[in-house]
Amino acid sequence: MEAKVSLAHGSGGRLTRDLIQSLFLPRLGNDALAELSDAARVQLDGRPMLFTTDSFVVKPLEFPGGDIGKLAVCGTVNDLAVSGGRPLWLSCGLIIEEGLPIAVLERVADSIAAAARDAGVSVVCGDTKVVEAGGADGLFINTAGIGVPIAGYAPGPILHGDKVLVSGTIGDHEAAIFQARENLGRRLAIASDCASLHGLVAAMLATGVAVRVMRDPTRGGIGAALNELLAGSGCSVELEEDAIPLREEVRGMCELVGFDPMYLANEGKLVCFAAAEGAAALLAAMKAHALGAGAAAIGEVAADGRERVYLRSGFGGSRIVAMPSGVQLPRIC
Amino acid sequence: MKFREEFRNKDIARGLLLDIAHAAAGLSPVKFMEVCGSHTMAICRYGIRQLLPHNLMLISGPGCPVCVTTGDYLDRAIALARLPGVIVATFGDLLKVPGSTSSLDKERAAGARVEIVFSPIEAVDLAHDNPDRRIVFLGIGFETTIPAVAIAIKDARERGIANFLVLSGHKLMPPALRALVSGQTSINGLILPGHVSTIIGTAPYEFLARDHGIGCVVTGFEPLDILQGIYMLLNQMLKGTPRVENQYTRLVRPEGNRAGQAIINEVFEPADAPWRGLGVIPNSGLRIREEFAAFDAERAIRIQPEPTREKEGCICGEILQGIKTPDDCPLFGQHCTPVEPVGPCMVSSEGCCAASYRYLEKPLGSKG
Amino acid sequence: MCLAVPMKIESIDGVRGVGSFAEGQYDIRLDLVAEPAVGEYVMVHAGMALDRLDEKEALETLKLLGELYEISGRISE
Repeated sequence: MEAKVSLAHGSGGRLTRDLIQSLFLPRLGNDALAELSDAARVQLDGRPMLFTTDSFVVKPLEFPGGDIGKLAVCGTVNDLAVSGGRPLWLSCGLIIEEGLPIAVLERVADSIAAAARDAGVSVVCGDTKVVEAGGADGLFINTAGIGVPIAGYAPGPILHGDKVLVSGTIGDHEAAIFQARENLGRRLAIASDCASLHGLVAAMLATGVAVRVMRDPTRGGIGAALNELLAGSGCSVELEEDAIPLREEVRGMCELVGFDPMYLANEGKLVCFAAAEGAAALLAAMKAHALGAGAAAIGEVAADGRERVYLRSGFGGSRIVAMPSGVQLPRIC
Repeated sequence: MKFREEFRNKDIARGLLLDIAHAAAGLSPVKFMEVCGSHTMAICRYGIRQLLPHNLMLISGPGCPVCVTTGDYLDRAIALARLPGVIVATFGDLLKVPGSTSSLDKERAAGARVEIVFSPIEAVDLAHDNPDRRIVFLGIGFETTIPAVAIAIKDARERGIANFLVLSGHKLMPPALRALVSGQTSINGLILPGHVSTIIGTAPYEFLARDHGIGCVVTGFEPLDILQGIYMLLNQMLKGTPRVENQYTRLVRPEGNRAGQAIINEVFEPADAPWRGLGVIPNSGLRIREEFAAFDAERAIRIQPEPTREKEGCICGEILQGIKTPDDCPLFGQHCTPVEPVGPCMVSSEGCCAASYRYLEKPLGSKG
Repeated sequence: MCLAVPMKIESIDGVRGVGSFAEGQYDIRLDLVAEPAVGEYVMVHAGMALDRLDEKEALETLKLLGELYEISGRISE
């Protein structure tokens, strides 16, 4: 392990995973944590519950499609949702940098309130701290969430022949942030897809189709998410590049700066593995929901023991989508 | 005509692959080299290597500026980044390239000001907006990028921006190719870089066919361009007529871009330059001319970079020449990975080794 | 080392211009293009238009590719 924490440790890829597994797990070790799933499964007097937390660090604080407040609510709601949970209560802790305009804080608070209403959750406790200028990039937010499992959802191991589905276009969030920060395009209308997915998940599970596992592909994009989901499964996936929904603006930006959309963060999308026989019905249910209108079946599982993500281009050639090893950098080469 | 989708037509691609397989049938192993990082990237991205017949190998030459940039250049950039009052402006490509003991990324984490820019002009604007700092732009890249840097220097002079400096690490393609083929006998054809050629034209490559009997095709970067380029090279081989052909006619003219050549000449002059793995190649790099010395970071700032140490076991040099493959490297995959790269071939996302590690089951060059 | 994309020139202001590409618009420099015109396509690398794209040549290339496609059809028969 390296001697200092670097930005790459926070990028959601290999280094993040290594940091968690080698530094935290051995010290905190318990079964619930060891699963390293989006939300922990715990029990209160025999009643199953879901518990999760996430911290939100984004620059700029406000961007097309949302702000850090909306992100903080949706992110935690989504961790519960993709664990098959109905979100109920959130905590909200803010670390505010001295000098942040009150007007910004008000807008962020408005967003938190609106997003909570939309997700049907209550923010029942919170905390605020103020740190010296330079200490927090404006504002950091942590939210923790409690939910209850949706009846009838039984996640299971990924099996040969399962289909991989995504709920819509990939990379929108990170592309929007990148554009907001770098201002590369004079006129480039990319908005974050930040949204709460509890309703979409409920609609999906209501079909009764066997959904093996779901994940919201945030940091590291669907590339990281799929690699993580395959770990320990003995299975690989083969994705069809042409089937993966991608907005033209995002495709263009990626071509311009050399980004791979597979690794761009999403904040209002989910990927899932589902039994082949139910995939069509599941896809139909997703498309019928506002947040799943762009849903698509993007690949299939093969129990080949390799645990790799393969991406087949429209030309027939395949490449491996490995776990990302840090933040993607723009290039001219 | 959008000049994009039309050159990605899958049906035509399938047809071209059949033509290629037919033309290559029965030939003893054919080796074509591409010398542009963007070609390596495109070939990997579309999975072209696996679609070619088994007796046709594509190998990657020294066309990735990150790969051929020496540890010495990185060490100097790092020394500059450590100076208070200096902002290093760079293309993202260089951020993770390892110097002897550090990288620009690590320096940034330690508090140095390192900014990623998307164009050299942006670095001039950065200098304008930060008058109390000196902005050093890391000038890497071949003839495709050099005109933009030259224009940035002229812009800075015109705008009276005195705190804009360039550390020239630019390299020239024809001298590199000359050095490459002097040591090589096994390349059957060269896929030449389409965008470098947009600037320099096709004449500078004539010596390859004339003196060395190596067929060349100036090739574009869309999948159909690359496949057509490969097909044209095969035909040259079959007819025994090595020459310089242009596949990328929609952009490359035989005389190249005169304005681009002129501006490079106006601001820069040829200089001997060290290439990773190939050693010092005479007149293969560029130095800023005396007239523009005020913008030369080399002349303007005294630095004490640490002595450059090449990494033991790293055979990036031989890989860049196409003599060895990542397979042959004792460090590949174990001590040298994308997360902890030792040499530039692994750092650069289109470097041979990074491409092998990420995109293929088996390292490049080992077929089957 | 030639990451570049084709952009359509939307407006020109001296050596500066705005190019459109994939539903976006970007600031570009046109110093290397002789007498650029709005509506033309240029290949842009690191914010710099390298040169204009020739539609006639592009169509020629596509025609040639079409012929190669025909040949492949006959091969597989």
